[in-house]
Amino acid sequence: MLVVVVSFVVFLLVDLSPVDPVQANVGQAASLSMSEAKRAQLEAYWGVGEPLLERYGNWLWGLLHGDLGTSLRFDEPVAQVIAERAGASFALLSIAWVGSGLLGFVLGVVAGMAHRRWPDRLIRGWCFAMTSIPSFWLALIALMVFAVALGWFPIGFATPVGVAQADVTWADVAHHLALPAICLTLVGVAPVALHTREKVIEFEAGEVADFCRLRGEGPWQGFWRHGLRNVALPAITLQCASVGEIFGGAVLVEEVFSYPGLGQAAVTAGLGSDVCLLAGIAVVTSLLVFGGNFAADVLYGVVDPRMRSARGAAGASKEGPLASLVDRPEDYDVPNASTGEVGRGGTV
Amino acid sequence: MVAPFDMARERSPHAPVIVAPSAHALPSRRADLARVLALGAALVLLLALGAALAPAAQEADFLAKNLPPSLAHPFGTDWMGRDMLCRTVAGLSLSASLGLLAALAAAGLSLILGCVAALGGPAADALVSGAIDVVMGLPHIVLLILVSFAFGKGFVGVVLAIALTEWPRLARVVRSEMLQCRGSDYVFAARRLGQGPVRVAMRHLVPYVLPQFVVGLVLLFPHAIIHEASLTFLGFGLPPEVPAIGSILSESMAYLSTGAWWLVALPGAALVLCVLAFDMLGRSLARLATRGGAL
Repeated sequence: MLVVVVSFVVFLLVDLSPVDPVQANVGQAASLSMSEAKRAQLEAYWGVGEPLLERYGNWLWGLLHGDLGTSLRFDEPVAQVIAERAGASFALLSIAWVGSGLLGFVLGVVAGMAHRRWPDRLIRGWCFAMTSIPSFWLALIALMVFAVALGWFPIGFATPVGVAQADVTWADVAHHLALPAICLTLVGVAPVALHTREKVIEFEAGEVADFCRLRGEGPWQGFWRHGLRNVALPAITLQCASVGEIFGGAVLVEEVFSYPGLGQAAVTAGLGSDVCLLAGIAVVTSLLVFGGNFAADVLYGVVDPRMRSARGAAGASKEGPLASLVDRPEDYDVPNASTGEVGRGGTV
Repeated sequence: MVAPFDMARERSPHAPVIVAPSAHALPSRRADLARVLALGAALVLLLALGAALAPAAQEADFLAKNLPPSLAHPFGTDWMGRDMLCRTVAGLSLSASLGLLAALAAAGLSLILGCVAALGGPAADALVSGAIDVVMGLPHIVLLILVSFAFGKGFVGVVLAIALTEWPRLARVVRSEMLQCRGSDYVFAARRLGQGPVRVAMRHLVPYVLPQFVVGLVLLFPHAIIHEASLTFLGFGLPPEVPAIGSILSESMAYLSTGAWWLVALPGAALVLCVLAFDMLGRSLARLATRGGAL
C-alpha cells in the first residue's frame, strides 16, 4: 500500500518536471526542426495529452509486469540497467551496512561502558564530527590521501581500466571496492554508536546492572549476560531503518569514486532528464527502505521474546503494516523508549 | 583531570565515592548564552562577508593560477587564478543562506502540518502521518534529486527540494507535542468555551510547542546545509558559475589527481566548521530551552 502511494508520488514528481518528453528524447536541434505532424505523432507516443491518472495507470501496470520503460541515457531497458547497477551497488551497500552496524554497535558499547572517561569522549567526539562531515567530502579526502598521495588504492571505477571484463579478478574488484566501502562504513557509524551508547548508559544505571554488581559480576560480564540483548534491539531497528541513509551516502560516494552503481545511475538520470530510469530507481530504493523496515519488524521478534506475544495483540489492531513505519526511531539524539512491551505504536 | 581507563575500570558508576564534578563539566547557562550569541554573530558576519566578497570571488587572474596556499592567498588559487578564500566564503554564505531559507520553509510546513494533524480530527491526522511515511519511505537523497528534478534545476528547485524533504522529522515532534497539549484541561476548557480550532492552535498549541520548535528549527540548519552542499555537489541546483560550496568542491574534484589538495581540503573544512557551528548553536539553544524557558 505504502509502496503504491510512494510510486504515485514519484510519478507525480517526475511528471511535474518541466522536461518536454519529445525534446528530451530526440534532442533539441531535432525537436526544433521537426514538422508539426511528426511532433504530434511523437507527442501521442509519449502520451503528452493524456490525463495524469491514465498515464500513471499505464506506468504502474508496466511496473507490475517488470517493464519500467527504456532508459534514455543508457539506451537499454530500465530494469536491465538497474539490475546491472544494483549488482555493483549491492556489494558496496551490504559491506557498508553490516560494517557500520557492527562497528557502530561495538563503539557504542565501549563508549557507554566507559561513560565519561576518555574512550567515551573520543568516540563521542568522533561521532559528532562524523555527523557534521558531508560524506562526499570524506570520500574526497580519502581519495586524495590514500589513492592520489599514497597510491594504495585505485582512483575510481569498479574494475581496472583497460582490462577486459573476463580478465578481472576478485582481487581487483575487492581492491576497487575497499576505499568506497570504508568511507561509507565510517559515514554510517555515528547514529548506531550514539544510540547504543545512550542505551548502554541507561542499562548501566538501571536495576539489572545494580543486581549484577551485587552478585559480584564484573562490568563486562554483567553486560554480556544481561545487557547485550536489550541494547542490541534498538540498535538493530535503527540500522534496519537506516538503509535509506546508507543508500544516500552511497549516491555521493559512488559519484566521487566514479563507481558504476545504482547511486551514480540515479545522478546520471536526474542530470540527463532520464525520466524512466529516475522513476525506476526511486521505486526500487523505496522497496529497499521498505524491506529494511520489514526486516526490523521480523528481527524484533527473533531478538526479543516479549515482542512475539505483543505482536499477536498488535497484529489484530487496525494499524497493520504501517505500524512498523510509524515507529521508526526519529533521531539518535532524541532518546526514545521503544523497548516497552506494548510500545510498538510509539509515536501515535 | 581524566582518570586512566584501566584504573577506573574496577570502580562502578554507583560506587559510594564522592566525586566532585569539575567546574567546566557543569552545564553553565551563561556559557551557553555566550555561545549562542557568539555563534549567531559569527554566522551573520559570514553572510555579510559572503555578500561583500561575491564580486571578488569571480575575479580571475591568470598570472596567479594553481597557487598553493600562501600569505597572499590563504586558501590558494584555482585553475583560473581565482582566490579560493573569497570563493569559499562567498560559496559558504550562499549555501548557508539557501539552507536557512529551506530550513525555515521546512519548519513552517512542519508547524502547519503538526497543527492540522493535532486539530483536524482523525482523518487529517492519518493523512499527515501518511505523508510523513511516504516522504520517509524514500531515501533522502533520492527524494532530493526527484524534487529538484521536478521543479527544474535552479535556486527554486534546491530550496523546495530541501524544504519538502526536511520537514517530517520536525513535524513528528510538533505533532506529538501538540497531541499532548491537546489533551490538557485548558485546551478542553477553551474548546468548550467555543473557541475554534484555529484560535486554539494560535493561542495554546503554538506557544506550547514554540521552544521545542525553535530548537528543532535551528537543528535543521546543519542538515539543510549539508543537503544543499550535496545537491550542488552532484550538479543539481545552481549553475556552475555561482560559487556554491558544493559546486566548488565538485569542480575541484577534477583537479584532485594533479595534487591540488587545497582546492578540496580547505573549502570542505570550512563547510564542516560551518555545519559544526550551527550544530553547536542548536545544542546550546536546546540546553537553554530545556532549563526553564529562556526563549
